[in-house]
Amino acid sequence: MEDAINIVKLHKSFGPLEVLKGINLNVQRGETVVILGASGSGKSTLLRCINFLEIPTAGRIYLKGKLIGTPVNNEPDGGLLQYRDKELQAVRTSVGMVFQHFNLFPHMTALQNVMEGQVTVLKRSKAEAAERGRNLLAKVGLAEKADEYPARLSGGQQQRVAIARALAMDPDVMLFDEVTSALDPELVGEVLRVMRALRDDGMTMVIVTHELGFAYHVADRVIFLNQGEIYEAGPPSEVLGRPQREKTIQFLNGHNQFRLP
Amino acid sequence: MNDLLRYVPVFAEGLWGTVRIAVVCLCASLPLGLIIGMGRYSRSWYWAIPTRVYVEVFRNTPVLVLIMWFFFAFPTIAPFDVDAYTAATLALTLNSSAFFAEVFRAGIQSIGRGQWDAARALGMSYRWQMQRVILPQAIKRMIPAITNRWIELFKLTSLASVIAYQDLIHTAKLISSAYFNPVQTFTIAALIYFAMIYPMVRMLYFIEAKLKRGD
Repeated sequence: MEDAINIVKLHKSFGPLEVLKGINLNVQRGETVVILGASGSGKSTLLRCINFLEIPTAGRIYLKGKLIGTPVNNEPDGGLLQYRDKELQAVRTSVGMVFQHFNLFPHMTALQNVMEGQVTVLKRSKAEAAERGRNLLAKVGLAEKADEYPARLSGGQQQRVAIARALAMDPDVMLFDEVTSALDPELVGEVLRVMRALRDDGMTMVIVTHELGFAYHVADRVIFLNQGEIYEAGPPSEVLGRPQREKTIQFLNGHNQFRLP
Repeated sequence: MNDLLRYVPVFAEGLWGTVRIAVVCLCASLPLGLIIGMGRYSRSWYWAIPTRVYVEVFRNTPVLVLIMWFFFAFPTIAPFDVDAYTAATLALTLNSSAFFAEVFRAGIQSIGRGQWDAARALGMSYRWQMQRVILPQAIKRMIPAITNRWIELFKLTSLASVIAYQDLIHTAKLISSAYFNPVQTFTIAALIYFAMIYPMVRMLYFIEAKLKRGD
């Protein structure tokens, strides 16, 4: 069976600033990969390249074995790719993304948020979209909040609606971009629980987070990014438990300084 | 007092002239401004540059000059007749659509990148992103500015009287020169303008207060 995601020699620059410097990463179906790294290490950019919110400067991304983009003038490996809007829209539909700041549509209720993509993109009927929407809201524990506007929901509730909104598109892969970083500490747990349940359902997930405990317990694999390169990778028990390299150790120490005795 | 009552039908005609041109210009310049404003926001130069020129030219030319130009200069090059109504409508529409374009552009730009990201991440096309996510939020924020421009447009219509367009002020001029009563006539004209515009301003305050509460 082919992998869910294959990333080959991915480069991304913003003007003169090279953020990703040749990332190679394969994600199996049903695998949960957590990406760690200091701010500015390129974690979010890597995630945003997987659903092409950022267009890679160079390199190849395959989803379910299929190359995204068309090679210009049939050059072999490493040649330039051309991306068509329609193709990228299809990719984004099959790759769900959840953001740090939720980005719910404030002029729609929770249910309407979850229905929107189903109706406009997947062309589902309103009734079908509403039914699926209610089921998903129930799944993230918000059945009774369906008709509330985002402004009346807590951060944790908003983020769970955002997860339901992404799931409504029946994605093959879910991307999580620091989804608990903007939450009050007491609201983090409810969001992480939803994510763990997703993993248990066999969803393929790529997660950028600072929640090391979550990474330790939930990830199948942890990737440590440093200055746009994969610096250390492996099972959480190794990368988090017995880090081998200097920058990883520094990073983990920085996070553990104020642990309770 | 009886004197003044005689003028009521004449004033009514002038008032109709003012209201008509104001409403026609509003209805023409809102959609035109929306298109120009979205062009200003576009990333492709063949949209962005012409629309930018449009906005800068018509926003930075006095309306009076535009009216004069369309009445005196335009007919010599236009293949059709240009009467006072057409010239004033063109001038006011071009000018206010340039302002509306800026209102629309600013409104769209005020929507954060996260909303675009979320809409794009669902796989929506640009049109859906705009139509379903960005515009509904942006238009709400634009309403005070649009109302403001509408009030401004209403006042500017009085300039059309210089090319003898039959509006309130032109009518007042006729009455005052026929009956030699400028004080009464122009005071009445001013009061009519005030009576029209003040409720609009109150409405603007009301909308602003309501939007502030909504946020």
